[in-house]
Amino acid sequence: MAKFQSLREAVAENLRDGDTVAFEGFTHLIPHAAAHEAIRQGRKDLTLIRMTPDIIYDQMIGMGLAKKVVFSFAGNPGVGLLRRMRDAIENSWPRSIEILEHSHSAMANAYAAGAAGLPCAIFRGYVGSDLPKVNPDIKSIICPFTGEKLAAIPAHRPDVAFIHAQKASRRGDILIEGIVGVQKEVVLAARRAVVTVEEIVDDFNDLHPNLCVLPHWAVTSVVHVQGGAHPSYTHGYYARDNAAYLDWDKVSADRALFTEWMQKNVLDVGPEVFAARVEGL
Amino acid sequence: MTVSDFTPNEMMTIAASRALSNDDVCFVGIGAPSAACNVARLTHAPDITLIYESGTIGTAPEVLPLSIGDGELCETALTTVPVPEMFRYWLQGGRISIGFLGAAQLDRFGNLNTTVIGDYQKPKVRLPGGGGAPEIATSCGEIFLTMKQAPRGFVDKLDFYTSFGHGDGGDHRQRLGLTTKGPTLLITDLAVWKPDPETKEFTVVSMHRGVTRQMVQETCGWPVRFSDKVDETPAPTELELTTLRDLQRRTELAHGSKKGN
Repeated sequence: MAKFQSLREAVAENLRDGDTVAFEGFTHLIPHAAAHEAIRQGRKDLTLIRMTPDIIYDQMIGMGLAKKVVFSFAGNPGVGLLRRMRDAIENSWPRSIEILEHSHSAMANAYAAGAAGLPCAIFRGYVGSDLPKVNPDIKSIICPFTGEKLAAIPAHRPDVAFIHAQKASRRGDILIEGIVGVQKEVVLAARRAVVTVEEIVDDFNDLHPNLCVLPHWAVTSVVHVQGGAHPSYTHGYYARDNAAYLDWDKVSADRALFTEWMQKNVLDVGPEVFAARVEGL
Repeated sequence: MTVSDFTPNEMMTIAASRALSNDDVCFVGIGAPSAACNVARLTHAPDITLIYESGTIGTAPEVLPLSIGDGELCETALTTVPVPEMFRYWLQGGRISIGFLGAAQLDRFGNLNTTVIGDYQKPKVRLPGGGGAPEIATSCGEIFLTMKQAPRGFVDKLDFYTSFGHGDGGDHRQRLGLTTKGPTLLITDLAVWKPDPETKEFTVVSMHRGVTRQMVQETCGWPVRFSDKVDETPAPTELELTTLRDLQRRTELAHGSKKGN
């Protein structure tokens, strides 16, 4: 049953040192505010799962929260590479990290398998690719009916999932619109789920019957954080802050500049700063 | 600039756009493929179905997206489906006729590397990774590739096989059980290439205006094979060039710096 909490309480109650956690968002609805709270609380030894690690995982890795990253495309979307993640992989700064690399198809299937309560995902994939040579989790299975060899990987079952969404009702039901990505699957695959939302409305009575809605009893915690996806976007509320993505390329290029930026923009502030960051977007 | 005065990049995008037709269902990679697919849609293929891996089906963006998940793609799409559905039902289900991809490194058989330059464990350059490409490369009916030629991109031997093209050539795809065609076309800033019907090695079939065989060879890391008859790629028409330039101008205006920290 969803609890309405402050972001501080939601992260403190749901994210523990050593957890496997997914902060998801497929270029849209990326839970920046929640990731910043995890950084402020100084969580350690996390296994981070994400299809498209971008700025927030670059920040978490650069601040030393991650011991392992499971992913399929690690980049600053539309801009370039993730410099903090590269520094950790190539130079072990600020600590060494393990990586476990998949394709998008594999990651999406692994979330769907987790949501479906299955131990593994089965799909037609990785044919001719070198990825199975570097990722021991990629195995194969023979279809008992046709004899076709298919790829098999473990289901994603994160301890906790964090997503951002447009709306919650007063009961804690969640509405997600636009590019829905894997938002539903990651919540249903995880043991606990924290959802930050732009807005809390009285009820969902007048909605179209087929919208993407997560019922309140499938969510652990709901937090109102206006602008909580900045600098990514929230469909219907604000656009992507592209200049911030371009800025990140410069900030993340230098360890000292990065550390200073994190102090000023993450450690010294709270989730309330996000509302102003999306004004005018 | 006039129609007789176009850049190699413009020629690449326009030549790539010509390969697409109205009836195609095309899975669009970001960057050069995205520009080509939208020029096709805005010129000779208005009814083409463009699909981006974020789940947007039948999208018709007014400006080129910054990423595969821009809101514009969803707003202009016929429908937007969850990402697992996109990869399971639509891609793996065999509903997509063409996958249009770029890469960091490519070899003569159209195998692609977007993972790492150098050793995987001790990389010289860590690239973003495969994203959707490993399964796009094997599940779409056929694959078109577009990429600028340069010795470090067109390599004799890939550092990592992220996405499978024709492997070692010949019937390598069939031997792995693949029933799709794989790479059938490569469009660069200098030339148009097609695989040899037997060996599957990419062979130059046409060169863009002003391009010499030497220029094609100098920007390629393996000994280039030229078709018996090498045509000149038809120059961009006024409509093609105007459409591309307008699209790029609208894109720049839309994505200009807005805010930042």
